[in-house]
Amino acid sequence: MSRVPGFGRIDRSRTVTITVDGVPYTGHPGDTVASVLLAHDVHPRTTSVKYGRPRGITGAWTEDPTGLIQVEEPFPEPMLLATTVEATDGLVVRGVNGQGRLAEVADTARYDRRHHHCDVLVVGAGPAGLVAARAAARRGESVVLVDDRADPGGTLTGTETIDGEPSPAFVADVVAELADQPEVTHLQRTTAFGHYDDGFVLALERRGDSVDGYGLRTRQRVHRIRASRVVVAAGAIERPVVIEDGDRPGVVLASAARDLLHRHGVLVGREVVVFTTNDSAYAAALDLHEAGAGVRVLDARDEAPRGWARACAERGVAVTPAATVRGTRGEERITAAVTGDGTEIPCDLLLLSGGWTPAAHLVSHVGGALTYDETLGAFVFGEPVAGVEVIGAANGTLALADVLREAGGAGAPHAPAEDDGAPPRVLWRTEGDPARQFVDVARDATVADIARAVGAGLTHPEHVKRYTTIGTAHDQGRTSGMLAIGILAELTGRPVAAMRPTTFRPPFVPVAFAALAGRERGDLFDPVRTTPLHAWHVAAGAEFEDVGQWKRARHYPRAGEDMTAAVLRECAAVRTSVGIMDASTLGTIDVRGPDAPVLLDRLYTNMMSSLKVGRVRYGVMCGNDGMVRDDGTVLRLAENRYLVTTTTGNAAAVLDSMEEWLQTEWTDLRVRLTSVTDHWSIAAVAGPRSRDVIGAVFGDLDVSNDAFGFMTWQDTVLDGTPVRVARISFSGELAFEVSVASGYASAVWARLLAAGQAYGITPYGTETMHVLRAEKGYPIIGQDTDGTVSPHDLGMSWAVSAKKDDFVGKRSYTRPENRNPLRKQLVSLLPTDAATKLPEGSQIVGFCADGRLPAPPVPMLGHVTSSYHSAELARPFALALVKGGRDRVGEVVHVPVEGELVPALIGSSVLVDPEGARRDG
Amino acid sequence: MQLISCPWCGPREEVEFSYGGQAAVAYPEHPAALTDEQWARFVFFRDNPKGPFAERWVHAAGCRRWFTAVRDTRTHRFVSPSEVTS
Ligand SMILES: [Zn+2]
Repeated sequence: MSRVPGFGRIDRSRTVTITVDGVPYTGHPGDTVASVLLAHDVHPRTTSVKYGRPRGITGAWTEDPTGLIQVEEPFPEPMLLATTVEATDGLVVRGVNGQGRLAEVADTARYDRRHHHCDVLVVGAGPAGLVAARAAARRGESVVLVDDRADPGGTLTGTETIDGEPSPAFVADVVAELADQPEVTHLQRTTAFGHYDDGFVLALERRGDSVDGYGLRTRQRVHRIRASRVVVAAGAIERPVVIEDGDRPGVVLASAARDLLHRHGVLVGREVVVFTTNDSAYAAALDLHEAGAGVRVLDARDEAPRGWARACAERGVAVTPAATVRGTRGEERITAAVTGDGTEIPCDLLLLSGGWTPAAHLVSHVGGALTYDETLGAFVFGEPVAGVEVIGAANGTLALADVLREAGGAGAPHAPAEDDGAPPRVLWRTEGDPARQFVDVARDATVADIARAVGAGLTHPEHVKRYTTIGTAHDQGRTSGMLAIGILAELTGRPVAAMRPTTFRPPFVPVAFAALAGRERGDLFDPVRTTPLHAWHVAAGAEFEDVGQWKRARHYPRAGEDMTAAVLRECAAVRTSVGIMDASTLGTIDVRGPDAPVLLDRLYTNMMSSLKVGRVRYGVMCGNDGMVRDDGTVLRLAENRYLVTTTTGNAAAVLDSMEEWLQTEWTDLRVRLTSVTDHWSIAAVAGPRSRDVIGAVFGDLDVSNDAFGFMTWQDTVLDGTPVRVARISFSGELAFEVSVASGYASAVWARLLAAGQAYGITPYGTETMHVLRAEKGYPIIGQDTDGTVSPHDLGMSWAVSAKKDDFVGKRSYTRPENRNPLRKQLVSLLPTDAATKLPEGSQIVGFCADGRLPAPPVPMLGHVTSSYHSAELARPFALALVKGGRDRVGEVVHVPVEGELVPALIGSSVLVDPEGARRDG
Repeated sequence: MQLISCPWCGPREEVEFSYGGQAAVAYPEHPAALTDEQWARFVFFRDNPKGPFAERWVHAAGCRRWFTAVRDTRTHRFVSPSEVTS
């Protein structure tokens, strides 16, 4: 065991058991998978992706580029770091080489999100973040404090003194004070992974698999934090020095070894060589020595820092200044460090410290410029970004006393200054074989690879990154990015300050899609709208289709029927007797006000002010370009009031467009618009026997053709409930639309069905409705049109007023292009074999006069927009947009279908009842 | 994700808004009097400046009111939101 008594913040009174690669290991709460293994002297081993070299763990947290594992239990999750996965009872993991494994079963855990609005967000609960959060809380500000580790304190190991007390006591005091503040939210295990405009930060909280008071497990939660001020106190990341064979297991960051010791009580090696370019590794050397290791320090600087050298001398830790490590020896694990002069020092652990790179990611996310700090050998926060502060190690301030001062201002806590320190030496690599000097061990990329990139003419870090893949692994080059830039500068003979570092982009750590999706999965992915009659449709065996967010009954197959058979039966019922359809999803807008007639005259191509109360008119709406946007019926309810219907999918867009005109262009019009789609349910009763049904149900109505003419509406009452009946037909048959407040929809529907029983009333769905309207050449906006089709193209010149001075789109009709006789026009197509149903979207191709197919490119005449089997015609038919189509009526064109050219006859768009004899029954 | 200041509701999330393009492009008083080119300019042509740009926005998932705001197209910063409707 490598667990050292007296070290670590793990809870030794309890044990947890985890299974790694089939072997059970015990650890303690506070452990990670990595620390459990290291405590058992098991050095996690992976194999590098490109060269198959053995790799161990080099870091203690998210900076580790190598220790990837696959979690199997409690729920499969790939590509996690052994250093960041907490050891919990029952955890099952395995080492992973290459790709991980996604779960094949649904994840039953909950992922959700929470929104925060605060004065200040502090990222990082190390000394800087804690002090900044406390200062803000004391000013009365609302504070959110997030930190990615399991407990607060950051890099504080417990050996420091702050305000005269040991640092753990200081941390506990601050945390307790924050906990007392109602306006402070303090979240551990929460990683701020993205920083966006105006103080918007996303943070991922790992909540584990414990069950909350509601019996729910929320495994992860995304916190969406909007802060007036963002304080980045995310610390700094230690980087190694690039040495030959520095990827060998047993080569570890100095700070990681110290972290493992102080957090988990794990001593990673017994015979330790520390190679450093700066003061920070001395603390690691002394701590590991105190924990029982033999330690030797090689300092790359000409002189060792006097204070640290003294401390080492007192404890018997040898320090050699002006020394370097060139490489390593060993097979599966390091057995010796090779110094610059060729001496081999036996060891089982080589600690490297090449300096500290501020974690500037959250600054970079919002476009903050970074500038090179010569002393630090790293890029730091440069020009100020409004609303963003960077403090502590994230700002390049490393000494604790300075960090506290920077974070706390005048009332900052005090820490004793370190005396006799020395500035770091910026050293990216030592002498050695570039092909064995690994820069990014996760990507197996070496100094030789960077040299190759330079040889290929790439000199910008962004280009070199893509050429070498350095910095593109799960760790995003936390430890390797700065080294790559430094080495690139060296190889190109340019100063590092002249380099522009690669841009950091969110997320800072990999984030599972499940967390981002939150609860918007399955039924909650998108709202589903159902009509009040939905349960009836379900019971009637309807097949549904999605129209926008609506579920609409598409057809009602009987036993043994496919869609074609069901639709043919439903169509025949409407054409020969009576059918009933739920049309409740039609968009319905109540238009009120003294200027309502003026507004509708401007918006519709035809005249609506002349519509008499009690009457209905079909209308077309266009854009300024003259192209059809929507169509529907308009009922005039009163002098100052209309009811406008829109197509189902366009309801919101039409209302928005009407509002836009009213609010931004015609602000003088006194009109109010209200969506009443959900208020009204509409049953369409269509077919020659529909009059009998309506007459039977609504006894107070005179339904005769003289008393109740086509395109009129009447109000009536059924058992005390107001009902509006309108004679509107979308099939060409005699038809009525019955509107009732949605709460009564089921009752009225039942009455209509009962009255229709004698005539075999047949419920029909949207597919049947589409066929019936297509037989009459009625276009569906958005299916037979695509935003380039004018009313004239649809053969609806009759719906375009010549009397009105102006309306939206009018001026465009006189543009030459809109008068081009070769514009595509809506026509019908009858495949001459009377058997082929042309696929919608099929192209229509032209032939030479002698009947030959011309050489490519074959001229395209248009395309099929709608295509169905017709019960009435006893054959398939289609609608199509064809160039100059109306002048081609009677011509045969060809449609390629699965490699065959299918001849089809162009006809008028109205195939059934062209004289309109059926609409009055 | 930016905050956008609705003149009625104050700063709200960007996703609540829809964009309406260049502001102050008035519908011509007498479209019939325009040449085809003048009409086409009104229908299809909009400015695309690098810098401050007066735009129409609608608080679509909020109060549903349209308003005009000036945004710097280089930085996306809103310069001076105003209630002017045009
Ligand atoms: Zn608003």
